[in-house]
Formats: sequence, structure tokens, C-alpha cells
Amino acid sequence: MSQAPSAEQQARNDRFERVWGNLPGWGTLSAVNHTTVGLRFLITGLIFFLVGGLLAMLIRTQLALPEQEIIGADLYNQLFTMHGTVMMFLFAIPVLEGAAMYLIPKMIGARDLVFPRLSALGYFCYLFGGLIILSSLFLQIAPDSGWFMYTPLSSREFSPGMGSDFWLLGITFVEISAISAGVELAVSILRSRAPGMSLQRMPLFSWYILAMALMIIFGFPPLILGSVLLELERAAGWVFFAVEGGGDPLLWQHLFWLFGHPEVYIIFLPAAGIVSTLIPVFAGRPIIGYRWVVLAIIMMGFVSFGLWVHHMFTVGIPQMAQAFFSVASMLVAIPTAIQIFVWLATLWAGKVRFHLPMLWIMGFLIVFVCGGLTGVMLALVPFNWQVHDTHFVVAHMHYVLVGGMLFPLVAGLYYWLPHVSGRMPSDSMGRWGFWLFFIGFNMTFLLMHLTGLLGMPRRVYTYEAGLGWGWLNLLSSVGGFVMAIGVATVILDIVLHFRFGRKASPNPWQADTLEWAIPMPVNAYNFASIPEIRSRHPLWDQPELMRSIPAGEHGLSQIEDGRRDTIGSDAVTGEAREVMHLPTNSWEPLITAAVLAGLCLSLLLKTYLLAILFAVLALVACLRWSWVNGLHPRIAPRDRTGDLPLHSRTTDGPGRWGMIVTLMADGTLFASLLFGWLYLWPVAPDWQMPEQSPLSVWGLLGSGLVLAGALGLWWRQVQGAVSVGGLLLVTVVGLAHCVALVLTAIEAGLGPGDSAHDSILAVVLAYLIFHSGLTTLLTGLQALRVRQGYTSQALPYELRVLHPLWGYTVVVYWISIVVFLALPAAFGGGA
Amino acid sequence: MLGLLGTIMLLVFAVWFIAVRRAPAKTESGARRAARWWIIGGGLVLPMTAIVLILGFGIPLGQRMLPLPVSDGEPLRINVTARQWQWQVNYPDSGIRLTDEVHIPANTPVDLHLTSDDVVHSFWVPRLGGKLDMIPGHTNVLRLQADQPGTYRGQCAEFCGTGHAHMKFRVQVHDQTAFQRWQQEVRE
Repeated sequence: MSQAPSAEQQARNDRFERVWGNLPGWGTLSAVNHTTVGLRFLITGLIFFLVGGLLAMLIRTQLALPEQEIIGADLYNQLFTMHGTVMMFLFAIPVLEGAAMYLIPKMIGARDLVFPRLSALGYFCYLFGGLIILSSLFLQIAPDSGWFMYTPLSSREFSPGMGSDFWLLGITFVEISAISAGVELAVSILRSRAPGMSLQRMPLFSWYILAMALMIIFGFPPLILGSVLLELERAAGWVFFAVEGGGDPLLWQHLFWLFGHPEVYIIFLPAAGIVSTLIPVFAGRPIIGYRWVVLAIIMMGFVSFGLWVHHMFTVGIPQMAQAFFSVASMLVAIPTAIQIFVWLATLWAGKVRFHLPMLWIMGFLIVFVCGGLTGVMLALVPFNWQVHDTHFVVAHMHYVLVGGMLFPLVAGLYYWLPHVSGRMPSDSMGRWGFWLFFIGFNMTFLLMHLTGLLGMPRRVYTYEAGLGWGWLNLLSSVGGFVMAIGVATVILDIVLHFRFGRKASPNPWQADTLEWAIPMPVNAYNFASIPEIRSRHPLWDQPELMRSIPAGEHGLSQIEDGRRDTIGSDAVTGEAREVMHLPTNSWEPLITAAVLAGLCLSLLLKTYLLAILFAVLALVACLRWSWVNGLHPRIAPRDRTGDLPLHSRTTDGPGRWGMIVTLMADGTLFASLLFGWLYLWPVAPDWQMPEQSPLSVWGLLGSGLVLAGALGLWWRQVQGAVSVGGLLLVTVVGLAHCVALVLTAIEAGLGPGDSAHDSILAVVLAYLIFHSGLTTLLTGLQALRVRQGYTSQALPYELRVLHPLWGYTVVVYWISIVVFLALPAAFGGGA
Repeated sequence: MLGLLGTIMLLVFAVWFIAVRRAPAKTESGARRAARWWIIGGGLVLPMTAIVLILGFGIPLGQRMLPLPVSDGEPLRINVTARQWQWQVNYPDSGIRLTDEVHIPANTPVDLHLTSDDVVHSFWVPRLGGKLDMIPGHTNVLRLQADQPGTYRGQCAEFCGTGHAHMKFRVQVHDQTAFQRWQQEVRE
């Protein structure tokens, strides 16, 4: 701000800071504020990046000369497995989630994300899971079957140590943070934009993050399912991927790449979002072709789910299927090219200012276009057969991932640094860092294309002399170290700038997006008042916002009852609909994550009694969390005055949206399970389908009819006749269904240790019992809450949240009966 | 293909360089008109043309590598079973068994029936092209045809554990008569 804030303004800022700020000292661990949590994600992710980079340095040291034995094969296998795992799961995704968590509310004019405690839970799950995975490296029992964990190499027989368990359990634990970030970001973008910010006025970055969030929702569940199944196979001896007993190792590859390919775009989209944000700012004009970009984002999101098989061209897939996936892989070139030419056209039409962030954007363009073109080459099946699993692919992948993700990320870091610190980055040292990194990178990986074409396979810890690979590897290693010096320079530059950087002026890059209307350095509540948005470029078209927002001239400039409030709006038009009351600092995320970490560790150590204890504790922690919620007096004292209702007094609030998005992820998990069944049945070499299903038809149908009855009774409650007795009746009927289901499952006498058929049925039954049980339990709690007055006929907010879960539980139950009982009866029998 | 893609790359860089340097557009409508051409030309026409060209070139090439029936007789069949960390080679017609080496006749299509006893491996002879995974429970057929007699290096191309880097084999390509002679010798 050019002039000092008035005394009145200062008083208001202090009031906001008291309500929105974190607790002092250790209390900071209870922080749920998106600014804090986002920065924690970013910093933790960058530390994991350094760890991953260190592993890469060790790899390059080993490969620098032929026939070296500095690092043995065993340790080398751990190193490259962990390099991939750390970079993908502990750096790339969490860092981008962190950036999105930090930026999204600020860009769309909100004060926080809509589920702040969920983001804190995600952070702790990420931190604890990451530490568990990393600890395996120090104990020298790290996973060593590659970051793709192909079975049977990763199975108990060929990896008897704990390495694979660390991977499967640790990564699944970390995934909780990805799914929670996905739910959180999707709902926040759709439901908490500043009034007037319709979808067409949303900054492009939000479109990219929305696509990323939805892709996480649909992309991660196959991997989670695969990891759970593989861990069951390893720990309990069930059969899913072992040929003997009716599994198939290719099922793992399908589940892994069903996740693994969208994952590449989950990483690329937010980075491209950074590019689409920075280029218009430095070209000094609006992006040309906003609609084209939105179209390209949507197209990319869809096409990327049809590509997974291109990682499997060499496993012996039918020719027609190969042709299909080959064409689909090339189709991705179209949305990518559209974005590249939109950026180009924007620079063409604008007047470019060449600051440090732009340098990294240029580096991105060069590296990424090269990576994209080698990608087109790889989509060609005959060429792929030749270079698959050689260093050519290593080079391609680093061009795409480092080019497509790291370069834009560093550009973004430099661009938003002043926002966090209030200071500008240095120009000269930053340029040194860039050039060292850029030259080092190309030296390492450009040459690696040639190494691969000369026939050097991936994942070999050493190679013979005299094959013509020696000098290329040596130069690649030297390049790797130059790159490392570049990284060190950038980090040093960033650290020093916090002390020596010159003070930034307001909106230092003359940007158009709302986050720059926040006084620098950043505060805890973002906006002292939430403005009405009338354009796609608020700070260019409504420049008075720079002054009027901090001056409190817009909406919600007063704090009521010491509550954290932000505005909830219509998903499409952005019209204001309610005031969302957000939770304040809380220990629940930390406690829940710690209990989950205990669960993860006890599974890892195979102390199953302890694991059951932790699972029960986790359930208790979650239920306690959900109890102090909604209309509970400790959290929502009374309705607000004014024209907008509090969200807990509506029927279509963020909770319901969160439930629906979560169920989309849950449904994807279930669909992956169906895929496993329908895949193994015709394909697995030793699949055995018994003449008659071990499950009792009458037991399942009867239990299902009871469940349908419970749904009917529930429906009447939601339709308006809410009563304690009514809800208790639903609970009892639901319980009867659960008991019938459990008895049917026990009676079936499945032998999951002997056949894949029984293993899958056991998993399905467990899935159904879990959902029926959870739905029943939550309904019982609703009955208690009605008695307490937290839910009622007039305030059915929570019933509305639970409603989709009831529908889901019933639908998956009946789909299961059709797929696992009716289909085998119709077509099965010894097949 | 390299040439085509390389040209595209250089062109994109050149245009990009000019775009950064040139003066801004005079009018907004002029800028938008130019932009539309960029986006339609570069974002739609360019990748589609490249895809059609590459597929037109690639699909016939892929077809040639398929184990389709040959016009005269059956191709020579060789069974290869991989295990950690060696290659078991078996000629079902002649009963010959070898370890870590494959002998084939030149200028004759050969079908390798590939499978694995333990984990996933991948059969690859870089200079003869083609690469196919060897998966327990599955048999994949790889069609090879060597044009020149000689010795070729082969190695496992799917990470398979500690011994992966050393899981190599040798392909010896003989001309027709030498191949017959070799079979005689081995059988005796």
C-alpha cells in the first residue's frame, strides 16, 4: 500500500489476524489455515526434492564409468526405486498440491479452502508417510523393485524383505493427502469463488487446478486398490497377481498405469497453469484464446485416461488395441499444441518484459517441446519396441517431467516469492542458477537419448566397457553435477532474498489476478473484505480493488461471533449463496494422522492386534471430529444476521459437495475392483470359476432387500419427517442388513489363500460390509444429533450430506450382486 | 521421422524467439485475427498432419513385425524361457537345448515363443530390433529376421532384480548351410 493504513483499518486487521492466525509456539501444529498448510506442503516437498536429487547424484556417480563397483547392484536398485518414488509421490504431486492450496483461495477471492482441517490432515499424512518411506532407506531395506513395483518381482517370493511393504503401505498412506487435496480443491473452486466470478471469469489457473483435482479423484483409486491387493497378497497370502491360483501379473500393470499415466498430466496441468498465468502478465495483455485453453484442459483430462496401455506396448497386447492406444497417445499432442500456440500468440501480440520468471518459462518451452516430440516418436509402436526400457525413455521422461513441471514450478516460485516475503528476488544470482541448471540438464539428458539409441537399457547398475556408452555416460554424470550446482544456487538465492531482497512494491509484476490485492507479505485472512468480481482480469479492469479490499469496503468486512467466514457461491454463475463458516485451529488433524501413522507402522511390523486397535482409534478420532461440526454449539453458535444464511442452515452446502466428490473417488475404486474381476476371469491362465458360487443367493438377496427397505425408510426421513425414532429405526434395519451380510460372508467359507476367485469375492464382501456398516453407524449418530438438536426438520444440512452415501451403498450392493453372482451364473462355470 | 520432428522443433523455437522480440500488435482485432491463425494452424493442423504422416509411415512398418503366417512353410520355432538370471533356449523341432545363446539362420523368419518361469523379463536384441516382455503364465511370440550372419548382443530389458544388469545372451546368426551344419554338430 502506498499510504499507511488508517487506525480504523489497522484495528480491523488486528481483529482479523486474531481470529484467522495460528496459535503461538507448539500451537502452530494445530494450524489449518491454507496459507500455512500450503507453504508447509511446498517446503516439505522441496526437502524431499533434495533427497531425490541426492539419490540421482549417487546413481550418476555409479554410472559415470563402465564396470564400476562403488555401489553394488542391491543398493543401486534401492536408489533408483527410491529416486522415482520420492520424486513422483513425495515431491511432484505434493508440491503442486501445496502451491494450489496456497494460491487457489487467494485467486478466487476466498479466505480459506472449504475444508481447512482436511488439508491439515492431508499434510500430516504426507509428512508421516514420507518419513516412513524414507526411513527404509536409512535402514537399508528400501523397496528395490522399481517405482512401478511390477509383480511378481515385488511379491513375497522374490522380494521377501520389508522393502515392498514400505512402498505399498507408505504410498497408500501418502495418497490420503492426494485424495483429500483433490476433494478440497475441487469443492473450493466450485463453491467458494468471490461473488460474480462465474466460470467464464475464473482465472485459467483455477481451471487447471480443477482439472487436476478431478483427475486425482479418478486417477489415484486404481493405484490405491492395487497397493491394497498386493499387500494382501504379500501379507496374507491371498491371490491376485500370482499365476498359480488364478491371478495375473498383468493386472498389476493395468492398475498401476491406469493411475500412472493420468499422473503425468496431474503433474503437468498445474505447471501449465503457472505458465498460462505468467505469460499474460509478462506480455502485458490478456491471454489470447481463453476458451481454447479451457477446451484443451478438458480434452487433456479425458484423453489422458485412455492412454495407460502405451506403457505396456511390449507385454504382448493385441494389435488392434495397440493401434487404438497408439492413436490416443498421439491425440494428446493436439491439446498440448493448442496451449503452446496460445502462449505463443499471446507473446506475439503483447510486449514482453523479460524478468527472471520468464527465463524459466523459456527454459520450459524449449525442454518441454523436445520432450513432447520424442513422446510422439514413442507413441509409434515399432519405434517404441526398439527403445522401450532404454535410456532413450529415461531422457524423454526427464524432458517431459523436468521440462513440464520443474521449470514452470521454479518460474512460479520466483513469481510468487514477493507475495510470501514482501521482497523481490535478485536478478543476477537467479540468472546464474538458471543457466547452470539449464546447461547441466541438457548435458545430462540430451546425450542420454543417444545412449539409449545405442542400446543401453534402463535400470542396470553397470555396463561393459567398449560398447560406446562410456563417454556419453561420463558427460551425463558431469552434467548432472552442473545441474546440482544450479539447484544449490537457486536455493541460496531464495534463502538470501528473505534477508537481502529489496522491498516489493504492491502488485510488483502488474498482474491481473486477485491474489496481488492482498497486502504483502501475506496475512492469515487474505481479504479484509470480499469484492464483487466483474471481469476476468479484476486487477486490470477494477484497479480500485487494490485499495478498497484492504479498506474493508466490500462484503464480510465484519467478524461475527469470532468466526472464520467466507462466501459460498453458485458453482456456475458465481452468485453469492451462503456464508461458509470455516473451522479454526484444531488438533484433530494431527491426532488422526498420528493414529493412522500408528496403523501404517503396525501393519508394516505385522503386529495385527495393534493394527486393529489403531483402526478402532482412527474410527473414534474421525467420529469425534465429525461430532463437533455443523450446528454443534462449540463451532456454530447461532445464525448470522444479514441477507445470506450460514452454510449449515442450507441444504446444499460444501459438505454435500465434498461427500459427492469423495464418492466419485470411492466409485472409481469400486470400478477398478470390477475391472480386476472382469479382467482375471477371461485372461488369467489358471483362473478357476466354481460351478456354483460359494455365496448363498438367498442370503445376499435377502440382505439386499433389507438394505433397500432401510433406504426407503431413510428416504422418508430426508423428505421431511425427521425424528429420533425414525432414524433409530433406519439404523436398526441397516444393522439387520449388516448382520445378514456378515453371516452370508462367513457361511460362504471362502478360501482366499487358494484362489483368485475367492480372494476377489472376499475383498468385495469386505468393501460392502464396510460401506453398509459405516452408513448405518453414521445414521445412528444422526439420530443422536437430532436428539441434541444439531439436526432437525428445519435444519436438515447433515442429513443432506449423508444422503448420497446411502444411495451409493445401495447401488454398489446391487451392482455387486449382478456382477459377482448373476454374471457367473449366466456365463460362468469352470471357465 | 527425426528430420520431420527436428524441423517442427526448430520452427517452433524460431517463431517463439520472434514473438518475444517483436513489437506488440497495433490493434486488438488485428492481434486476435493473427492469434486465431496461430492456434488453428499450430494447435490443430500441425499436430494432426504430423500424426497422419507418422501413422502412415508407422502402421505398415508395425505390420511387417507381426508373426503373421509366412507364405512357404512354417517359420522356425524356438522356445525361450527366462528365469533369474538366465535364458533357457529350446528348439522343439530338433530337441536342441541351450543356455544364454540363440542360433538362428539368416534371411529366414524365426518365431521366438517367450515366457518366464519367475518374474517379468524382456527379450531384446538391439540390432535385430523388437522387444517383447516375458511374463509368467503367458507366451508371447516375437518374429525376428536377421539379414546378416554374425554375432549379436542380447539382454534383458525389463528390470528383474539383482542380476538384471548381467542377464545377457548371444544371438549367433548363420547362413542357411552353416545353420544346418551347426544343428548336425550339436545333435551329435
